Amino acid sequence: MMAAGAVDRVITAWMSIGLPWGVSKVLRHHVERGHVRFEEWSHLALGLRLRAAAMGVPFLPTLTMQGSDLARVTGLRTVQDPYTGETLAAVPALFLDVALLHVHRADRFGNCQIDGYPHMDADMARAAATVLVTAEEIVPEEEIERRADRTVIPGFMVDAVVHAPFGAYPHECYGLYEADFAHFDEYVAAIDREGPAALEAYLARYVYGPPTWLDYLELFGGARLAEQRRRARELVAEPGAPTGPAAP
Amino acid sequence: MSAPWTPAELLAVMGARQLRDDTTVFAGVGVPLLAGALAQQRHAPRLTLVIEGGIVGPRIKPGRLPISTNEMRAAHRARMLPGITDTFLLAQRGFLDLGFMGGAQIDRHGNINTSVLGGDYWRPKVRLPGTGGANDIISLCREVIVLTVHERRRFVERVDFVTSPGWLEGDGSRARAGLRFGGVSRVVTTLGVFSFDPERRRMQVEALHPGVTLDDVRAHTGFEVLVPGRVEVTEPPTAEELEILRALDPERRFLG
Repeated sequence: MMAAGAVDRVITAWMSIGLPWGVSKVLRHHVERGHVRFEEWSHLALGLRLRAAAMGVPFLPTLTMQGSDLARVTGLRTVQDPYTGETLAAVPALFLDVALLHVHRADRFGNCQIDGYPHMDADMARAAATVLVTAEEIVPEEEIERRADRTVIPGFMVDAVVHAPFGAYPHECYGLYEADFAHFDEYVAAIDREGPAALEAYLARYVYGPPTWLDYLELFGGARLAEQRRRARELVAEPGAPTGPAAP
Repeated sequence: MSAPWTPAELLAVMGARQLRDDTTVFAGVGVPLLAGALAQQRHAPRLTLVIEGGIVGPRIKPGRLPISTNEMRAAHRARMLPGITDTFLLAQRGFLDLGFMGGAQIDRHGNINTSVLGGDYWRPKVRLPGTGGANDIISLCREVIVLTVHERRRFVERVDFVTSPGWLEGDGSRARAGLRFGGVSRVVTTLGVFSFDPERRRMQVEALHPGVTLDDVRAHTGFEVLVPGRVEVTEPPTAEELEILRALDPERRFLG
């Protein structure tokens, strides 16, 4: 999105492809030239900003980020505990215009279930004015009902659901397919070779080029996707298979 | 003569030896997590690793070391997947015995910079990836150990930006800033193991790795490191430790 010129400000805790690939040259290019304002909160502070919004309160008190230069550049303020008089950091609620979320399954009313690690997605959905969901599977309502304990986003806060199998690709979706590290290697090698200009070619091939989602997946090919599925199964036990206590 | 191990292998081994069994350790991915996984396999089988992607109690599968904090690889055989915010709140509540992290730049009081190098914060000379959970880990764990390559450009008199507060200026300034507990107890580097003097919280030598001299430390450090007394010498990495590490990261994405 930075390379496409669609971003002038980022609010995040961390940004890179991943540690082995080092600092993102694209991030450096845009921030060091002043094209993008990179506003950095600690991971917990950011999570609590979203949770405050999700809770419908203007701020939350926390112990984190105090004493750091992050507190200074973000304008983090403090609040006095009305009971003890102690000073705490107060992170402001972060209300989102739009949340873009990917889930394992949703029904046609937008009730969403996520398997594995839940990130901050449930808070993001609550914090956002508009929620757009892509789902690996669209399932009948009965399927959601059967495992209601897994529903983390209720349909009434969702504005649209899109069926997008392999929708997190080239990154992973818990239990379904592993991240395509070879693809990350190729991407970073191209940026290292040609600088941020390589992104133009990447966007043309993978984002603007394919007319449909299936055309995008075709660029990787069925064999590669099947292999990523197999690799996911090696890491995650079969979900939803509780055995219960043995019969007496 | 070159050592029969890489700098990252040395760091992971020396880091692992700092970990105690039956403790909870908030580990960054890369070398800290490798060290945690090594300790689990060797002397600390009941070590609970916590990873900031929202993962409690994983056992890293050899050959499938995670690249980032939120991956199935990081969650392999985890006991609990509470989400990112709630994982950090475990630390804020005081449940994390140790934070285990790396850093781009570190100063004599253990303050760490992973945000910007040079220039203005909003228009830096070099933009680094940012805090991630580092600020939270150093602020909220009961104790923190930093693992880092020992280079003069990293060990600076004053960090360009305090992303993660160590002892700040020493002399109680960390507590005065509102950080009620914790602090950096040790810095494990490719040259040795360092701690902080109890009063002014300045970095001091605790032990050197075999073959390393105090002059080597001085040559690679941009500030005066205290030498409080007897300096111990660490035991070199054993064949067993190196074998476990190499099985964890056969692609050598982190071991170099």
